Amino acid sequence: MSIFIDKNTRLVVQGITGRDGSFHAKQMIAYGTKVVAGVTPGKGGQRFEDTVPVFNTVAEAVHETQANTSVIYVPAAVAASAIFEAADAGIGLIICITEGIPVLDMTRVLPFVHERGARLIGPNCPGLISPNKSKVGIIPGNICKPGNIGLVSRSGTLTYEIIHQLTTHGLGQSTCVGIGGDPLIGTNFIHCLEAFQADAETAAIVMIGEIGGTDEQQAAEFVKHKVKKPVVGFIAGQTAPPGRRMGHAGAIISGASGTAADKMAALQDAGISVMKRPADVVPLLKERM
Amino acid sequence: MNLHEYQARDILRRHGIPVPPGEVASTPAEARAIAERFGGKVVVKAQVHAGGRGKAGGVRLAKTATEAEAHAKAILGMTIKGLTVHKVLVAPAADIASESYVGIIVDRASQRPMLIVSPAGGIDIEEVAAKTPEQIHKLAIDPRYGLLAHQALTQGFALYRDVKQARAAADIMQKLYTAVYAAGASLAEINPLVTTPDGSVQALDAKISIDDNELERRPDIAALRDVSAEAPEEVAAREAGLTFIKLDGYVGCCVNGAGLAMATMDLVKYYGGEPANFLDIGGSSNPQKVVAALRIITGDPNVKSILFNIFGGITRGDDVANGIVQATKEFPLKVPMVIRLTGTNEREGIAILERAGFAALADMDEAVKQAVAKAKGKAA
Repeated sequence: MSIFIDKNTRLVVQGITGRDGSFHAKQMIAYGTKVVAGVTPGKGGQRFEDTVPVFNTVAEAVHETQANTSVIYVPAAVAASAIFEAADAGIGLIICITEGIPVLDMTRVLPFVHERGARLIGPNCPGLISPNKSKVGIIPGNICKPGNIGLVSRSGTLTYEIIHQLTTHGLGQSTCVGIGGDPLIGTNFIHCLEAFQADAETAAIVMIGEIGGTDEQQAAEFVKHKVKKPVVGFIAGQTAPPGRRMGHAGAIISGASGTAADKMAALQDAGISVMKRPADVVPLLKERM
Repeated sequence: MNLHEYQARDILRRHGIPVPPGEVASTPAEARAIAERFGGKVVVKAQVHAGGRGKAGGVRLAKTATEAEAHAKAILGMTIKGLTVHKVLVAPAADIASESYVGIIVDRASQRPMLIVSPAGGIDIEEVAAKTPEQIHKLAIDPRYGLLAHQALTQGFALYRDVKQARAAADIMQKLYTAVYAAGASLAEINPLVTTPDGSVQALDAKISIDDNELERRPDIAALRDVSAEAPEEVAAREAGLTFIKLDGYVGCCVNGAGLAMATMDLVKYYGGEPANFLDIGGSSNPQKVVAALRIITGDPNVKSILFNIFGGITRGDDVANGIVQATKEFPLKVPMVIRLTGTNEREGIAILERAGFAALADMDEAVKQAVAKAKGKAA
């Protein structure tokens, strides 16, 4: 098992002929992901890398290839529209890698996606990977290894750092999910924790949060009552000055609730082992497992 | 991006919200001319991206045009929270019967725009929320339908018992909601929303923050950016496509990715050092970005060592290495540098660095420890 993606994932790549889309489509195919279709308006009928059929619309791609998952690499200006299109075409799982979507666009996207019963991961996220089964997004496949640790993170490269720590110390992963650093995202910590708790293959969970908002506190509350598996957590931004935007639009400390100290206390209070630095992840997991 | 008060007032006015008159001046003479035109008492207000202007002496009442000129002279050039004042707003002093608060912010928890109103206006709303939370009224707006008339009126009655005033406030709230989406605002506040002795309801002071992701599609709003009101190194970073925030420490950090950049700063602190900055070179592989990053970091005289922490994903190790080599040719480094490079194309990157006489580490902790030690060696 694993969460959200596995061998049954049939992927359509929105923006497959673009610079980022084509590069990562090749990487995903090389990793073994079933990339069944691509979408670029105006390029319908072509084949990507001589194999993957390209369609003008997501609806056509779904109709012709039974794609059930979509990944979005289109520019920010049209990314909200790409999410609307995927949800309208009946895609059940939409992963939006694109960074820079206006927050007000997301206020309209999220209820639409929700009403159609779809799950959105991101935007502004690295996607997810179930090692040796499927990779959707941009997480480098070579740093991962199959195993029983579930990982959920708001960050990109910090996620890679943690995966790297796990893999080099022999701890493989069931699924690693990057949920994205924006203030409004489709899938939050709780959704992933719930899925990891239900996943038979996942034995322990790592959650990587950061300053800003109160998602980590709510996740801690959820862990306290609903998660029986050991959880290890990290909060980035312990040295960040209040009121400043630290690259991630979401990472603004507003009021006291968004600080790293507050979040670490909430995690601790919920029985989560809190790392002081990324290198603590392996010793803490070994202690708890 | 933050707007100045006078810019925010212009936006509200354009959306039909009643805003009392006021004009902006860059010199004391201009302030005097405006005060003469208005006649009577005026308020001279510093236009700067910082709260607490009043407490800092940046808001002053003038009885005459001569006094307005003197106040402008005192305020222009003054520093409030590290930012220099280049402009003042000159406005007729209003007779105020009551002060309330109306704001709209995108709420993470409900994932909706949230209307916040309070009869306790004119003061810091976070203070009101902390001390008298019962004075705060919130409403999550469904963006599919917008702020409906009855919802706005209910909030209007939370501010005023008089139906005319409640309706006037409701109308302002609906227009403010329209303005938020039109301008691409992540925050729009009217504080205070005042009533005058004759009973009219007006937006006396306004604050608008624009979501940076909106600027590309809104050139008219992007043109409102006042570069003189921002820290120069942060302007240089933005123009180079980097995210940079200056801090008070001495270990200059250059990292790819915001989360890893924060974790790197934290680790500097963990090993007894102080980070000099937050700097995210982003997900691109452009060596020019690395050159720009090094130029900004080395421009800070407090920096005693430079730490690169690169975990290649989209970012390629060889591109970063090329950027480092190129940058150090353009401006020789005066402080030690520690490089951690792993991930995509790490072997190629390390080879490039070694040919240029630099060593690269694979481990983040080791790199941070060395950077802190070297900074302290230099400082001692």
